[in-house]
Amino acid sequence: MTKIIVITSGKGGVGKTTTSASFAVGLATRGFKTVVIDFDIGLRNLDLIMGCERRVVYDFVNVIRGEASLQQALIRDKHVKDLYILAASQTRDKDALTSEGVEAVLKELSKTFDYIICDSPAGIERGAQLAMYFADSAIIVTNPEVSSVRDSDRILGLLASKTLRAKEGREPVSEHLLLTRYSPKRVANGDMLSLSDVNDILSIPLLAVIPESQAVLRASNSGVPVLLDKESDAGQAYHDAVARFLGEEVPHRFISEKTPWFKRLFSFKEKEAV
Amino acid sequence: MIIQDQLNKILNYFRRPEATAQCAKERLQIIIAHERDERGNPDYLPSLQKDLLDVIAKYVKIKRDDVKIELERQDGCSILELNIVLPSAQEKS
Repeated sequence: MTKIIVITSGKGGVGKTTTSASFAVGLATRGFKTVVIDFDIGLRNLDLIMGCERRVVYDFVNVIRGEASLQQALIRDKHVKDLYILAASQTRDKDALTSEGVEAVLKELSKTFDYIICDSPAGIERGAQLAMYFADSAIIVTNPEVSSVRDSDRILGLLASKTLRAKEGREPVSEHLLLTRYSPKRVANGDMLSLSDVNDILSIPLLAVIPESQAVLRASNSGVPVLLDKESDAGQAYHDAVARFLGEEVPHRFISEKTPWFKRLFSFKEKEAV
Repeated sequence: MIIQDQLNKILNYFRRPEATAQCAKERLQIIIAHERDERGNPDYLPSLQKDLLDVIAKYVKIKRDDVKIELERQDGCSILELNIVLPSAQEKS
């Protein structure tokens, strides 16, 4: 049974595409046939993060309009077997995505793929709504920062009301919090919302915390999803996230600061936060 | 005075800036609770509120804030609660 996952956030720039790329790679490395779709029509970027920007010939909208077949538009990933990318169109026509078109493409993909990852655009316009509409699971990418948390809550409201599962009265879309750009040091200093703060407010199950990391920019510079940088903290955190998503029990890492023992003696508060 | 200013500057240098995360959390809790209340409201509510206000204003001098519309949901039905504070008799005359 194919599972459709939407990577969403409301706010832009929090790490949706980075997460989509790494999640797709993570699932495919485990042998699941995976496709990742860029829903950000007009602002295609997943191709850059995945390092396949020069191989885009046909895109999502071409397929919807019948100008190309899925086989022609799917780009085979060069890092991992069993992974395909469907690029967004660069058209400025904002009506290019239709509900029927998206449904038809997802249906066709469901015949061959285990996981379909929908990389949502920012905002709550049509692209974002269609990215979540057919989803079974949602990964809500949030930064420990006021505007991101507020937008995530708004997205949770939409997931509960504006999705196919909600409309058909089926079991709701399963929600997973992915807290990115987390800096345990700034949390310890009291200058960043802690994991438990965000948990208190959004109250959805935590999938993983991705630490603020230099590896993310390096990964996007070179077009290799950060999960493949196995030495890096962010890469390992994404690896854990995928494992947890698949039901494995993996302890959370990168949540608290590595403090010297003499400092740890005096900081009871920090432990509470975890 | 100048000495005091200098002293303050030196003290501020060593003082840790106030932690702001707690403030962020409290602000978020308030605004999100408010937005969740409104989440299920139908889209026409604000325009209904405006129309009602216009009708009432035809007869009584009234300020925008004097009309409160709330939609309460109980299982199976919604109750539209309309609260209008009419100006007192003295103001009328």
